Parts: sequence; C-alpha cells; structure tokens
Amino acid sequence: MNGVFVVIAAFNEERTVGAAVRGVRERVANVVVVDDGSADRTACEAGAAGATVLRHLINRGQGAALKTGITYALGLGAEVIVTFDSDGQHQPEDLDTLVAPLRGGGVDVVLGSRFLDRGTRVPPVRWITLKLGIVFTRIVSRIRVTDVHNGLRAFTREAVQRMNLHEDRMAHASEILDEISRLGLRYREVPTRILYTDYSRQKGQQSTAAVRIALDFLLGKLGKGH
Amino acid sequence: MLRFRKREIGLGPFLLWTGFWLVAGVLVLRPSATQWVAHQLGVGRGADATFYLGITALFYLFLRMQLKIRDLEHQTTELVRKLALEGARKAERP
Repeated sequence: MNGVFVVIAAFNEERTVGAAVRGVRERVANVVVVDDGSADRTACEAGAAGATVLRHLINRGQGAALKTGITYALGLGAEVIVTFDSDGQHQPEDLDTLVAPLRGGGVDVVLGSRFLDRGTRVPPVRWITLKLGIVFTRIVSRIRVTDVHNGLRAFTREAVQRMNLHEDRMAHASEILDEISRLGLRYREVPTRILYTDYSRQKGQQSTAAVRIALDFLLGKLGKGH
Repeated sequence: MLRFRKREIGLGPFLLWTGFWLVAGVLVLRPSATQWVAHQLGVGRGADATFYLGITALFYLFLRMQLKIRDLEHQTTELVRKLALEGARKAERP
C-alpha cells in the first residue's frame, strides 16, 4: 500500500512490539514506532522488525507519542496515516478493511469498531465502561459512534493535518472524535477484531482510568476555550 | 510596591495584591466588617461568608493551576517531540 504509514506508540512493549511490526509489514512497508521512553528493549525489537524508530527521551503518553509519529510520517509525504496498537490487540488483517474506504474518496477518517465485529469478546467490565464512554461521547462531542477508545484508525493526510491534537495521554482518543465532530469530517466505522489476551489486559488501561480520561478531556476542552 | 517600581510585576498583579493587603488590613482592624459582607451576600454570619468566599477563591486558583500544569506538560512534550524528530532525521542521513 503506497503512501500508507502505520504509526505505533509503544511503552515497555518489548514482548509484543516486534510481532506487531512484522505483522503490519506484511501489508504496509512504512511502519513508524515511537518508543515513548521505554526502559526495556522496545526500540531494539521494533527496529529489528523493520520499523523506523523514533524515541521520546521521557515518557509523555500515548497521545503525545502518536502525534510525534504522525508528524514524522507527514514529513515523509504520507497520504494515509493509520494508528495501531503495540500490545498485540489489533489484527494486521484489518488494515485492508480500514484503508479501503479512504481509497474510494468521500471519507476522511475510518474508525475501527470492536462492537461491529462479531468475533470480539469484550470482558464485562470493559463492556460497561466502553458503553458509558459511547454515551459520554455522544453528549459531549455530539458524535454517534459504536466504539470509543479503539486505537485502530485511518486518516487521510488532509484530515489529520486539520485536527488540533493536544492531549498527551489517553484522552487523545476522545479528542480525536471531538475533532472529527468539530471539523465535520466524513467518517466511517468498520468492524475490526480486538484480541483480549492476558498480556494486553494486564498491560492495558484499567477501567477505573476512565474517570481520569474524562476529566483530562473536559479540562482540555476548557483550556482550548481561551 | 517595591517590586512594582522595579517592574518585576505588572499593573494587574500589583493592584490585586494591594487590594488583598488593604482588605486584610481592614479585616484585622475591624473584624465586624465581614458581618456587613455577609449581610450583602445573604449569609447569616461574617465567618461563614469568609469561609464561602475562601472556598470559591481556592477552587478558582485550583482550576487555574491545573490549566497551567497542562500548559507546562505540553511544553515538555513539544521539547521531547522535537528531540525525537531531530534524532530520526539524523539517523536518516548521518
């Protein structure tokens, strides 16, 4: 896939980042991994798997790392930018489904949705948290989506350039939806598989983090106001 | 006053602090003045009015501080990002 850049943020993911990069590279040649100040061999593993590695000297959060990777990819003339998780939750096979709508034109952003996918088994607590998140997003950002905080997305170059992204940590996922709504970008959701492994569930966000994310996001909106 | 003359602080903070100390001075000399403020706000006692106003002021300061911290964090991120991008550029053509 020409002009497509996959951006992966990774923080202490030495066990999974290599496999993620290799899986993606079977379909997309340009993979940018942003090592977000890891203390382990994340950067080495990603580099050995064939990714271009950028390093944050200190940990700044997933939102910050993705923005660094996106900025880098835009600098190299990327036409389509895909964000992908480093913990093995996302399936490289979904990349084709994700990028295809952008090729046809008429769509600016494609969002992966685990709830449109029949095969994804969402753990009960996560299920409730995400459904609340969907309602929250519908009220605050006025956008109707079937999934929130799904790290698998694809943007056209123009769309991502227009977005004003400031959230360094996990609230960036809410911010992206908010920006899509504010700018009136044309988006489509496609079913994508999430594989909940013991590793990803242990490494990933606790559902209680949702409160912090919501506060971060609201405070950020307040800050943008002036 | 001295700091204002030396231009270390602007007119805004100068007036704010002068006002703060004037009010503090009045309240020390005549504590019953809070009673008048309380009456204006429709609160029974002067001590209660001071308490409510204090909470409001602290809440406002807390919010301001949160936004300031976000600002500082953002600046740190920009710096880290710049270094990361420069590092990548150097790796491309050494």
